[in-house]
Amino acid sequence: MKKCRARIVSKKELCEGIFDIRLRTEIAKDAKAGQFVLVFPNDPSRLLGRPLCICEADGDELRIVFRISGLGTKEISGISEDEEIMIEGPLGNGWNIKAAAGKEVLLLCGGIGAPALLQLAKKLGSQKGKEGGPKNVKAVLGYRNAPMNTFLAGDFENAGAEVVIASDDGSVGIKGNVIEAAGEKDIDCDVIFACGPMPMLKAVKSFADRKGIPAYISLEERMACGVGACLGCVVKTAAKDAHSHVNNARICTEGPVFEASEVIL
Amino acid sequence: MKDLSVSFCRMKFKNPVTCASGTFGSGIEYSEFVDLDGLGAITTKGVSVDAWEGNPTPRVAETPSGMMNAIGLQNPGADVFIKRDLAFLKKHDVPVIVNVCGHSTEEYVKAVKLLSEREEIALLEINVSCPNVKEGGIAFGTDPKSLFEITKAVKKVSKKPVIMKLSPNVTDIALMARSAEEGGADAISLINTFTAMKIDIYKKSFVLANRTGGLSGPAIHPIAVRMVYEASKAVSIPVIGMGGIACAADAIEMMMAGAVMVAVGMMNFHEPSLMTDIIKDIEAWMDETGTEKISDIIGCMH
Repeated sequence: MKKCRARIVSKKELCEGIFDIRLRTEIAKDAKAGQFVLVFPNDPSRLLGRPLCICEADGDELRIVFRISGLGTKEISGISEDEEIMIEGPLGNGWNIKAAAGKEVLLLCGGIGAPALLQLAKKLGSQKGKEGGPKNVKAVLGYRNAPMNTFLAGDFENAGAEVVIASDDGSVGIKGNVIEAAGEKDIDCDVIFACGPMPMLKAVKSFADRKGIPAYISLEERMACGVGACLGCVVKTAAKDAHSHVNNARICTEGPVFEASEVIL
Repeated sequence: MKDLSVSFCRMKFKNPVTCASGTFGSGIEYSEFVDLDGLGAITTKGVSVDAWEGNPTPRVAETPSGMMNAIGLQNPGADVFIKRDLAFLKKHDVPVIVNVCGHSTEEYVKAVKLLSEREEIALLEINVSCPNVKEGGIAFGTDPKSLFEITKAVKKVSKKPVIMKLSPNVTDIALMARSAEEGGADAISLINTFTAMKIDIYKKSFVLANRTGGLSGPAIHPIAVRMVYEASKAVSIPVIGMGGIACAADAIEMMMAGAVMVAVGMMNFHEPSLMTDIIKDIEAWMDETGTEKISDIIGCMH
């Protein structure tokens, strides 16, 4: 865990408002699938780092794919190749990869939730069929509509996942949300990993509950410190949290990945 | 070798820099970034007798050159704090200031009684200025008579020196400082955050679930300097100055205004190693200006 400069290797706009930035940083080598970094705007009046999930980490290269959701991410999206930016990380717990051992794995990716699952897909893809690895990996990627360009779908395919596309308006892939699309394709699974908007995560939680299978979900919340000090980013928990001793867990530290049954959404 | 030490409440601190309560956890959270033993002191997140849940989320929001928070003093309660956080700090060579909160005079008194038994604690800081809890907190810190009474009540039972942490949400900070002194406070610390509000104009909703939150950060630093100046002139007890300190210059400024020690707050979130940098840069400034003892500049603007 450290804060340091990172150089922009490349930047692309994948579709309107969604950016793909590759950074050269020593943080990359310690990064695990499902962790995140704080990315600090260069504008000195914006002091807090933006929590952005790690999309890929390879050698000393870190890939982040994010949507502009405010002035900070807008500024970060405007950075040019060869410029530098401050980042802090890797932060958070990451995905529970062991839970995929010997299992039919389903990755549910809602919109800008997809980047949080790509490194996991790659990891699981490389372990598929091996001892301790998953039996099979399927991914349903949900988009709002066709202009979203089915961003990252090709990356999930390259990672070895069987990919199903869904869209809210039916303009690309199956019409419906990721759970409806999984149902229509008769996808059987015994563990779910999911990231996406809150209504989707709520649906994933109750779907997994009905099926009686574990679901791991990655949450987001407004953060300040990112290291568990300020207690800004908590989620309600079903049982008393071991650290806080109240029914709240820190998303930045105990999360961002939680077993869905542990949290109250 | 420049002398960075300061004397505060008849104790010697190796340098004047600590953290503002709530911005540094209990040190554990930042121990990968900061050599805790290099700090003047560590001031912990507020502790109450029993565990507190805190407020709903969102609890934080960024503002220009600052931020707002409405955490609501979530904490695991004094027993867990003693067994876990204090046990961790005990292994370090750094004085510990424990911030204490409560909903009522009884709760403050109970917490102070419990905590002041602990030899690992150097000082207690009483939070009578949190703007984000419904009872206790700021209600005690914005009325001079209530402040006097609560100070007297905690002083009666405390075996440790007591620092009263003051709210800036008052008309006359000098009056509040005097009330704390008259109540028997050994020191005061200021400022806590300003009660503030932020509205999302597209959603037509409050950005913080609590509607209001405490504003902190460099945006409020000049107001903090003014208040530290006014408060420290009004009393003879020592002052910990805080409010938007972002660099050694801000810390030095705060000491010139009258603070014996200074606390770094939200800027720890921006730069986890900031306190270490500030200590180093204060020393560089002393070299540059031929200042032998940092204590010589305290209140030099009075």
